[in-house]
Amino acid sequence: MTPGGTPAYLPERRGEALAAGGRLPPERVALVDLLDRLLAGGVVITGDIVLSIADIDLVRISLRALLGSVRGTEPFDPLGEPDAESGRRRPRQEGERG
Amino acid sequence: MSESRPAANGHPRGLYLYAVTPEGQPPRNLRGVMDAEVRPVPRGGLVAHVSDVPLDRFGEEPLRRSLEDLQWVEEVARAHHRVVETLAAAGPTAPVRLVTVYSGEEQVRDLLDRLHDDFAEILSRVAGRREWGVKAYLRRQPATPEPSATTTTATTGDENPGMAYLRRKKENLRGREDLWRAAAERAERLHAELARVAVASRRHRPQDPKLSGRSEAMVLNGAYLVDPAREEELAAVLGGFPDRFLDVELTGPWAPYSFTSIDLEASRSGDTR
Repeated sequence: MTPGGTPAYLPERRGEALAAGGRLPPERVALVDLLDRLLAGGVVITGDIVLSIADIDLVRISLRALLGSVRGTEPFDPLGEPDAESGRRRPRQEGERG
Repeated sequence: MSESRPAANGHPRGLYLYAVTPEGQPPRNLRGVMDAEVRPVPRGGLVAHVSDVPLDRFGEEPLRRSLEDLQWVEEVARAHHRVVETLAAAGPTAPVRLVTVYSGEEQVRDLLDRLHDDFAEILSRVAGRREWGVKAYLRRQPATPEPSATTTTATTGDENPGMAYLRRKKENLRGREDLWRAAAERAERLHAELARVAVASRRHRPQDPKLSGRSEAMVLNGAYLVDPAREEELAAVLGGFPDRFLDVELTGPWAPYSFTSIDLEASRSGDTR
């Protein structure tokens, strides 16, 4: 809202302004953003389903396979230099699947 | 529970469920997975949107193999998304998890009967609201690098070049750790401010650079369900954030995928976990 209380845009145009700021045309939605939502979002119905990939573990295993096939299996270093202080990488937690 | 019905080519078919919406005018000529026509299955004021899929592709075993195939996953994901987007543009929509397949319409109607109240509640929560995604990355090169007195004078004095190199490398690492910490703190603040504007918020795992297509580390991968009247405030928060530590990226509007992630036990009515 502007100081006078008058909307700067019509309500339905605000979203367009936001979307324009994001510089991502709808048809070019990145697959990775989509998969964030499709694999972790949406209603999961259990109980009487015929088949489903709601089984998260199955999805994770598959995505790991995908990741591995995309570009090797080098570890993920948040600072962008895989060889830097590799000894500081978080040890695998107990119960975490490899 | 109905039996799987054989299709014209003899293979049994299943029903792929995309989303549930309130009763209304369903979009026409909507195509879903494998280009099949999406049709409404109405029941008790709700509509399930489904299309036929061959079980020789969507059965449990074929699925297990197909999920290793990125191209297959992308085709299904984009088809699913296209249907959900179209429905969400027309009204309140509760997307269902990717690849949820039923044996027939009777089973889907049965589902809408038993979970009517759960779906009604989810739909009223997301009605009129949109999901926005905000990703923040560690900015690799600070906009205004501070000249370091120690490094510029490093090679003078008693230090030999090897020692100077090691020390500079250590300082550089420490600098990058400071940068990382500062960016992470800024990302926490960004998330908190966005969450105040939003009706609900959620953080997804940071994306791996191999998939994000950016080499910078992601420090925030947030989703925010926002009332239209407050979208301008969301934009204002975002406008104040790109700085020497963070690159900020907005995606959306999305159908409310991140805010319908609820497990419904179909065998027990009205139980939301």
